[in-house]
Amino acid sequence: MPKKYIAGLAVVAATALALTGCGGGAASTSSSSGGAGGGTVTLEFAQWWEPELPAGALRSIMDDFEAKNAGIKVKLISGPYAATKQTVVAAAASGTMSDVVGLDGAWVSDFVKQGALANVSQLMSDAKYDDSQLAAQIKLNGNTYMIPVANFVYPLFVNTDLLTKAGVTSVPTTRTEFTAAATALTKLGNNTSGWVLPLSTENPNGIQNDVMSWVWASGASMLKDGKPDVTNSDVKSAATYIKSLYDAKVISPGSFTMQEQDKVNEFTNGRVGMMIDSLAHVGLIRKNNPNLKFAVAAIPAVDGFSGQRGLPYASWGIGIAANSKHQPEAFKLVQYLMSQDVNAKISSLAHGFPGNKTSTPDYVSSDAIYKAAFDIYKSGTPANEFTGLPVAEQLMRDFDDQFQLYLDGKQSVDDALTKAQAAWVKDFAG
Amino acid sequence: MSGLKTATKPSARAAGTRSQLLGKLAPYGYVAPTVVLMVVLMLIPIVMVLGYSLMDNVIMKKNPQFVGFAHYIDILTSDSFHGAVVNTLFFTGASVIAHLVIGLVFALLLNTDLLGNRTKAVFRMIYILPWLFTVAIIAILWRLLLAPNGVVNYVLTSSHLIGSQIAWLAEPQYALLAVTFINIWSGYPFYMTSLLAGLQGIPTELFEAAKVDGANPLQRFVSITLPQLRPIVISMALLDFIWTTQQFALIWMTTGGGPLNTTEMLSTFTYKLAFSRYQFGSASASAAIVLVISLVLAFFYVRAQKARD
Repeated sequence: MPKKYIAGLAVVAATALALTGCGGGAASTSSSSGGAGGGTVTLEFAQWWEPELPAGALRSIMDDFEAKNAGIKVKLISGPYAATKQTVVAAAASGTMSDVVGLDGAWVSDFVKQGALANVSQLMSDAKYDDSQLAAQIKLNGNTYMIPVANFVYPLFVNTDLLTKAGVTSVPTTRTEFTAAATALTKLGNNTSGWVLPLSTENPNGIQNDVMSWVWASGASMLKDGKPDVTNSDVKSAATYIKSLYDAKVISPGSFTMQEQDKVNEFTNGRVGMMIDSLAHVGLIRKNNPNLKFAVAAIPAVDGFSGQRGLPYASWGIGIAANSKHQPEAFKLVQYLMSQDVNAKISSLAHGFPGNKTSTPDYVSSDAIYKAAFDIYKSGTPANEFTGLPVAEQLMRDFDDQFQLYLDGKQSVDDALTKAQAAWVKDFAG
Repeated sequence: MSGLKTATKPSARAAGTRSQLLGKLAPYGYVAPTVVLMVVLMLIPIVMVLGYSLMDNVIMKKNPQFVGFAHYIDILTSDSFHGAVVNTLFFTGASVIAHLVIGLVFALLLNTDLLGNRTKAVFRMIYILPWLFTVAIIAILWRLLLAPNGVVNYVLTSSHLIGSQIAWLAEPQYALLAVTFINIWSGYPFYMTSLLAGLQGIPTELFEAAKVDGANPLQRFVSITLPQLRPIVISMALLDFIWTTQQFALIWMTTGGGPLNTTEMLSTFTYKLAFSRYQFGSASASAAIVLVISLVLAFFYVRAQKARD
């Protein structure tokens, strides 16, 4: 009977589906495989860089790598930044991480705790790699787990037209000058604000880039011996300073749910005179408002500060999966990306600063904004104390919660910092 | 011939038994694909999440510890969870009531005899528009509209209804109201279309008989329209309640649970536990609590459906 045959087929199909579902996990545990060609290794490289680089640029770099390393193929697994993070978390949990992964410094500690990242120090030593050319290495317990490929600094952006209109003759270098400039800009009216501060808890990196940057710019720290120390006088000074700007209403309204993208939009549209932002957004700002005249400068420090200024940065980092069966080959890819010419090429394409100290990106000599930023970068110290900390994003969110209550007048600065400190200590304890 | 007969009898019996067996198996064959899908895609993940909720450091460490109901106790006694429950109840309750009222009013407008069919078609298209946008578009649209420099503030300040710009999604006193408003705006067309279908299904004889008996429009609405729509209203309100308690994307993309946790919902609370704190055990416990709440609501929904049948 046809009905019965259909029923039989349905059972077979259902069984096949179930088996496929079960088998999928097992197959995906091997993120790289030997090819049929005998000895060909296919490396998976998960990152968010490809969509952010010009179309085909990263693939072309991979093609060059494949041409120079016979027997190694690279499969790019690309997605947006946030999606990459979640993919890597899930893959690390299930042991199906790609051989090579793009990393943000804020993720490293958690992945190391998970046992998901390979010890790159060991791989460098096995490959007799000279690491003196690396600008930075993200280490935990003395071992390297991430190497920054390109760094994106966060200087102060100023709208020079607005500053001139407000009668501010020079870019502020101290907090007092910054307050004066922000006040003058706000007085221009027409919904113009002096500064913009995104504090959305959805993506709380405003705490890193726009709040703690004031601490680092004055050579201070939010940590002591690697442990939380947000109740210190330097953090308190930065917090009270920002509160004074908030109370003076020189900060663009809507901070509590504002995101980084909103910040860039406000500046690009000429509604905000100053912002702290990634150099990676220069192209976007120019594209969206070609007539906007702006410059970059170091983040203002406390009055009278003469030491080296810390400049916040974010990295496109790279690491190798602990479960990779082809770690030596994976390290060859890392080595290639960190080589002088290739690293300069990636940095140029991404408008970041190179992770290889000997590389010089080509845009530095041809563009005044980038040249100024490169000078600030070289004269200051890259500073991002969240890199390598456990649950870094949660630390930012914990601080954000308390800081918003303080700005809103619901608690004192001491209460805010004490509660943030307590939350951080708990987070560190895991 | 008799030898032949004895040879065919057992084979005929065997064929009959096989056919009977196949006949008995056939229904299982039909439901097998669904059962397999339900087991693989629902039962197994649910059981895994329930298992995770009893373990500590699950996923993040290779050797998680069994902690029993510790995560449940932590969550049920946490202030953040209580806040999320209150916010979720307000958000859901206000959304469901407003969806119902607005949906019903618009459905009545579209069902009226006072307007021509072409006019009604135009309005039907306008009213249904919010339903056509995806959550991401709705979130972006309203973020722009409600921004301090957005259209809403421009209109309100220009018409002197407010003195200065208001950051609707960023000020603690307005944020929950603002996201609830957005959710109401995006969800009423579902009610409107369903209720319109219900209205069109009410026999006209009922209204004619009531008219003959001297019932005024309000009496006809209360005594005929509402009782006739009751089964649809109950089913939809319960479904909407279930869906709205689980609303995540809209909240996440507009406020992220802020400012000052004033828009923190059960969904964002759970998400943060998992993907910000990496506490998958606690997140699983929170998800299990949400599952229980949803099951209770689903029970009422199924009961309402049965009563309707």
